[in-house]
Amino acid sequence: MIEVKNITKSYGSGDTAFQALKGISFTINDGEFVAIMGPSGSGKSTTMHILGCLDTPTTGEYLLDDKDVSKLSDEELADIRKDKIGFVFQSFNLLPRTTVLRNVMLPLIYAGVDEVERERRAKEALAAAGMTETHFLHKSNELSGGQIQRVAIARALVNNPSLILADEPTGNLDTMTGEIVLGTFQRLNEQHGRTIVLITHEPDIAEHAKRIIHIRDGAILSDTKHQQRIVHHHENI
Amino acid sequence: MTIKDTFEETYAALSANMTRSSLTILGIVIGIASVIALVSIGEGATASIQTSIQSIGSNLLEITPGAARSPGGFGVSAGRGSAQTLTQADSDAISTQVTNVSGVADEISGRYQVTGAGTNTNTTVDGVSASYAPIRNVAVSDGTFITDAESTELSKVAVLGPTAVNDLIATGTEPVGQIIRINGQQFTVVGVTVAKGGSGFSNPDDMIYIPVGTMALYLAGNSFLTTIDVQAASANSTTQVQNDITTLLLTRHNISNPTSADFSVLNQADILASASAITSTLTYLLGAIAGISLLVGGIGIMNMMLTTVTERTREIGLRKAIGAKKSDISRQFLVEAITLTVIGGIIGIMIGVGISLVVNATGLVTTTITADPILLAFGVSAAIGIIFGWYPASRAASLNPIEALRYE
Repeated sequence: MIEVKNITKSYGSGDTAFQALKGISFTINDGEFVAIMGPSGSGKSTTMHILGCLDTPTTGEYLLDDKDVSKLSDEELADIRKDKIGFVFQSFNLLPRTTVLRNVMLPLIYAGVDEVERERRAKEALAAAGMTETHFLHKSNELSGGQIQRVAIARALVNNPSLILADEPTGNLDTMTGEIVLGTFQRLNEQHGRTIVLITHEPDIAEHAKRIIHIRDGAILSDTKHQQRIVHHHENI
Repeated sequence: MTIKDTFEETYAALSANMTRSSLTILGIVIGIASVIALVSIGEGATASIQTSIQSIGSNLLEITPGAARSPGGFGVSAGRGSAQTLTQADSDAISTQVTNVSGVADEISGRYQVTGAGTNTNTTVDGVSASYAPIRNVAVSDGTFITDAESTELSKVAVLGPTAVNDLIATGTEPVGQIIRINGQQFTVVGVTVAKGGSGFSNPDDMIYIPVGTMALYLAGNSFLTTIDVQAASANSTTQVQNDITTLLLTRHNISNPTSADFSVLNQADILASASAITSTLTYLLGAIAGISLLVGGIGIMNMMLTTVTERTREIGLRKAIGAKKSDISRQFLVEAITLTVIGGIIGIMIGVGISLVVNATGLVTTTITADPILLAFGVSAAIGIIFGWYPASRAASLNPIEALRYE
């Protein structure tokens, strides 16, 4: 469970100080699928960095599974990322010239999981993300854009995180492939109960989530749940 | 992250850019190989100079007469060794009164025209006592050496060096039993010495040895000795023997001021020490030149690693995002740098040893491969990996993951 309490984030100091977040609060329960939406410069990237434990807030509290992670050191944050967070980025998700399997195993290598267990869990995660076994030993540069994002989703799943954080995951994909990737997120949320936070600036991408938090100028504009969302269930494409 | 995982990552990273990795390794290979090859040449030179100095006899002291001077404080000097001050009695006194002396040999030498069967040469004729052979490491390959009895009986017998044999005796003829003429006087060849090889300014193979008594009577015309060779009992006692001989001869020659001594004592250990000093300076010089190329190779490693860190900024960001700690990242880059240098070091050692063996096989220079430069080179290459890899690795580790992920 995620509890964000009155978080602010400032860059610089004195006259040149810029406040990217002006005090935002929200709670995300386990199993939710939330989109954080806003135009560029709205503070959504800063929010994503704080939620992903890549950065710490200037003031306020961030409780991740009841643990306050807002004042941890870089090394402690690395541990949190390793155990509790799975990332899917817009681009450069996979190590170049490295097999699909090894890419997915990478978080487990850093976590010190033994080889047999690491391979079993990576294959399980790849299957859950809709990748077929024939691709497991392909190099990352032999995959299509949609396949790359699904391998990235598998990697984000593999350490069994509390939160999957996707930063514009369809930004580099055509609409059709983007829909497939979004469908994968929806299925993971519904069938596997994964908590997913999707960061995007496009309203029609945000529509795929069950809840949309709209951010503008460092503050929450709206926080709405809606049932009339777009649903895709492409299993294997 | 286990050691095996670290090496798998390293292998993947280095093989991803094979050309650049190979060129970087080449820099280290050249550095290490040149250190080993050049140091082995330097060590070889040291060893061969020491051997050739020791071949003239071990723990040897040479006593030669001082310069002959015309009377008066600023008299004309005829040069060292020209005076006639050393006698048989001096030699006997040394062997009986100085402790730690294991042998004394008398020498009267001169250059004479020598004729053989239809040939002639001009060479050094050395009148020696029987003890000369063991003291000066002279061995006989055919016949016998000069004996003390021959010296007492004033026998006209000669032992030839191999070069003298070539010059005087017809090819295919047995030298022992042949007659040669030295300065017009007939001598019978009784032996041939083993070749020592040319070394220094005089060739020990182009020599004719005759009994010292015969030399004094028939050729030199007097019995003053040109050299007394003294062998000290051990290397440690050479200085003591040298000092005792100086004191003894000064007393015998009634000289109170040591600076006006009419003889000089040359210690082989001194020659060896100064020759060794020269050759070790040579070795250090060669090693330093090679060391510079090793340093350049090390900078090559740093250059490549810095380029790699810049190129892989986004990869570092990604790794950090999925849980890699600073130590994971810095270890990965450090291991990459060390792997490059250690591979370069191993190849360099093999090539260096190979060059050294080839140079040795050509016969131009004798090389000696010792363990020290190999261990040193290996240590240095690993150290270069750590030193020159440390900066790029710490730069990679300290990258901010957010900025690294945004890097274009």
